[in-house]
Amino acid sequence: MAYLQKSPWIIHYDASSCNGCDIEILACLTPMYDVERFGIINTGNPKHADVFVVTGSVNEQNRDVIKNIYDQMPDPKVVVAIGICACSGGIFRECYNVAGGIDMLIPVDVYVPGCAARPESIIDGIVKALGILEEKRTALVTGVPREQPAPAVAGEKPAGGV
Amino acid sequence: MISLVYAAAFILLAPVVGGLLAGIDRKITAHMQGRVGPSILQPFYDVGKLFEKDKAVVNDTQRFYILSYFIFAIFTGALFFAGGDLLLVIFALTLAEVFLVLGAYAANSPYSHVGAERELIQVMAYEPMVILSAVGMYLVTRSFNVSEIAGFPQLVVIFLPGIFLGFLYTLTIKLRKSPFDISTSHHAHQEIVKGVTTEFSGPNLGFIEVTHWYETVFLLGFVFLFFAANWILGIIAVIIVFLLELYIDNTNARVKWQLAMKSTWVITLIAATVNLAVLAYFVVV
Repeated sequence: MAYLQKSPWIIHYDASSCNGCDIEILACLTPMYDVERFGIINTGNPKHADVFVVTGSVNEQNRDVIKNIYDQMPDPKVVVAIGICACSGGIFRECYNVAGGIDMLIPVDVYVPGCAARPESIIDGIVKALGILEEKRTALVTGVPREQPAPAVAGEKPAGGV
Repeated sequence: MISLVYAAAFILLAPVVGGLLAGIDRKITAHMQGRVGPSILQPFYDVGKLFEKDKAVVNDTQRFYILSYFIFAIFTGALFFAGGDLLLVIFALTLAEVFLVLGAYAANSPYSHVGAERELIQVMAYEPMVILSAVGMYLVTRSFNVSEIAGFPQLVVIFLPGIFLGFLYTLTIKLRKSPFDISTSHHAHQEIVKGVTTEFSGPNLGFIEVTHWYETVFLLGFVFLFFAANWILGIIAVIIVFLLELYIDNTNARVKWQLAMKSTWVITLIAATVNLAVLAYFVVV
């Protein structure tokens, strides 16, 4: 059944992000983009969430927090790294206190590059994640491990965007 | 007379009606906020998804408590629609609520515990009003049986305007709407994460959602009881009350539990007891 795709609840965690990407994520919830059209709800609770949306890079302060949130989410679940800092560490990659992108710590399914990532590409990234969520569920039910394709990358901002 | 047909109809149809009401609720709420909003069937997708998720439990007894909550909420509504004893209906409703609170206490989580405490406060707040509604209906119709109250030839609400208003006030608590959604919330309030439902995930959370649909239908049935003598008027009243609740939900911020508790008891004291006193006077005279 495809209920999973119709009702993705996300949890958003800001790991040392500058807030740029966070504002863009919140913009997705506003009447302008209204992601609730697709059943997407921003829940504050990892135990209710299906999609883990992380902004910012991993550092020593938030390493345990990210791991903890990820572990608390019931399967099937996907991780979406929003913004270039979450994808690779971005301009902070070389900093002494930064370990790098979120994939240093937990498996990332979709990368949404950008600084800050545009709401359009964030929505694109979440929608790409839904397909992966469904594949993971099939793997969970049938017991056949999912083929591991290269992680998806969300589209860049459309030309002449808002 | 207790009608098993109505009870069976409630058990089968209430989730459908309740889920659709929840969907209409979300659609209208979205429109009020200038958004398009999800499909009306969205609550069914949500619950379908929750049953597809992993059965992760914090504590094994959680599942028992939630199933008890589910069963007693169904029992409440079924007994009500079968025309049973109104007092028994109200006590069963409280018992269901107590199981939800126990389920929240079963997990060792501060958010869940704060939610459970607030849920108990809510029960304390609305319980006197609900009991007084039953007492008021008894004074008018001389019966606690729902079937006889529904069969009363005149509109019960004419004798119980104060009690009806008081009941509407507590309805906001029971439907988990702003400004009284202090123990948990469907929307993006994250002050205590998700309150009582924080530690429930997957199918357990699905059961809580479906139970809430049953409760919604039961509560709107209770509103209908005030207008049961004229069923067209009753249905109109139920629709108006439902829309009014949505309007209140969207135009009010959440209040603190102190205000929720005090205001509910003050309304109960003024509206319900004055109504009862006047009624008792005329009954005696």
